[in-house]
Amino acid sequence: MIYDLRSQFPILQRHVHGDKPLVYLDNAATTQKPKAVLDAIADFYVTSNANAHRGGHALGAEATALYESARGTIGRFLNAAPESVVFTHGATEALNLLATSIERTYGASLRGKSIVISEMEHHANIVPWQVLCERTGALLKVIRICDDGSLDMQHAQELIAHNCAVVSIAHMSNVLGTINDVETICTWAREHGAHSIVDGCQFVVHNQVSVDNIGCDAYVFGGHKVYGPFGIGVLYGRPEWLTVLEPYQAGGAMIDNVTFEKTTYAEPPLRFEAGTPNIEGAIGLGAAINWLSSIDRKTVADQETSVTEAMIDGLLQHDRVRVIGGDYARNGIISIVVDGIHANDLGTLMDEQGVAVRTGHHCAMPLMRRLGLQGTLRASVAAYNSIDDAHRFLDAFSRSCRMLG
Amino acid sequence: MTIIETIEQLAAKLAGLPDWEDRYTEIIAMGKGLPLYPEEFRSDQFKVKGCQSQVWLHPRNEAGVLHFDADSDALIVKGLVALLMNVYSGRTPAEIVASNDDIAKELSLEQHLSPNRANGLASMIKQIRLYALAYSLLKP
Repeated sequence: MIYDLRSQFPILQRHVHGDKPLVYLDNAATTQKPKAVLDAIADFYVTSNANAHRGGHALGAEATALYESARGTIGRFLNAAPESVVFTHGATEALNLLATSIERTYGASLRGKSIVISEMEHHANIVPWQVLCERTGALLKVIRICDDGSLDMQHAQELIAHNCAVVSIAHMSNVLGTINDVETICTWAREHGAHSIVDGCQFVVHNQVSVDNIGCDAYVFGGHKVYGPFGIGVLYGRPEWLTVLEPYQAGGAMIDNVTFEKTTYAEPPLRFEAGTPNIEGAIGLGAAINWLSSIDRKTVADQETSVTEAMIDGLLQHDRVRVIGGDYARNGIISIVVDGIHANDLGTLMDEQGVAVRTGHHCAMPLMRRLGLQGTLRASVAAYNSIDDAHRFLDAFSRSCRMLG
Repeated sequence: MTIIETIEQLAAKLAGLPDWEDRYTEIIAMGKGLPLYPEEFRSDQFKVKGCQSQVWLHPRNEAGVLHFDADSDALIVKGLVALLMNVYSGRTPAEIVASNDDIAKELSLEQHLSPNRANGLASMIKQIRLYALAYSLLKP
């Protein structure tokens, strides 16, 4: 069985640079949105627009129901209770929320303890922890990666075993496509009394997730990378932990009772959702997850793998191409460098041919430094990419290489 | 030729190449024609900020005329650098300061370049003009 999902994505019908049909292979940066998501957002504004959790009127109740129903959908997607799902602006905000709330909750006791991340993290899973360390005197410790792009698990175990307060690790690398053994990392964290956080941005796009099986204290992802809209993200927090954590932002909706002397806070998840939430975003993300659930994820993942493999096979016909982290298909993400050719030049010329890829450091400068690279050309595959896209990618790549000599 | 005349000449040359492939081949060839960049100036001090690839620009004031050594690690950007050298190298600081800084538009490059490229070009022009301004303020 082969899914032809392309027709469900209106934008994929368009042309760029005049008459070049679009081949979109920058999915790790953001995915395109299926009609189901666009319709859900439009329908909300056409039929039910009102603020959630406030009005006693019909529309207010509908908006609240739609917003909370989206929370339920996300909960089922992660195999978690709806109360453990906090909506944020994105994965970056989810990580900032955690870093800030951890600081407020544990404060001075973090001094001298370590926050453990890895060399392959996105800047969003580096900088908030650096800020936390500066403010509390905690120490940032970084798990090394091996030359094949995998985590050095022995180093991970050592760092987690020694005075670690929090470990925060990508489930899947946005540059290399490497999937990390977060189950083991979370087990070690539990054994040593550390809190475990998993950045699932790339992983959830291609794989089924169960936060129970992972055993993490928190799991975050952004909506726009998983066929949903911009401006919405998810923080799953283990209910017992969310109950302990201090609020992030303060304002409406996150309160229980307000007096000028003393305000008490609402229970999670609303405690962490101050102000009017991104209702259309939550509804759009819910629609995206429902859309994903309506297709067989194993079939789609296999399809993505064949497209990725075809691209890698074709790339390796060029002897100047080096696939970073190894030559095998990595969950739809291919990062390459070409000897003697700058990735930006390739990206520019491929774009002229209608092929959208990403070039640069991919918001992972420390990883680039570790790999001794200025940047890579990254192609990333999603559910709607076909073998035809792989061929057009390879044609554009070859032509660009010829032009660049 | 004045700065504006040089710009117009380059714009006409590029406009005569309506096909993207010819246009980029020309830009790449211009880059390959740039003189070798002196290694002693390949430092952060002479790096242009705001470009996606690395660009180096080193000014030399020779008897009141500004010359630039320039380079980039990316070929297309190097071609754009060469294009700017055609326009600005060998001018007096006063001439550069007085010129219109809208070169990207003048060259009708904007429609041929991705927004990032246009931004990079703007950063390079800004840097050239800052050097010119600095030299124009020096006492002869």
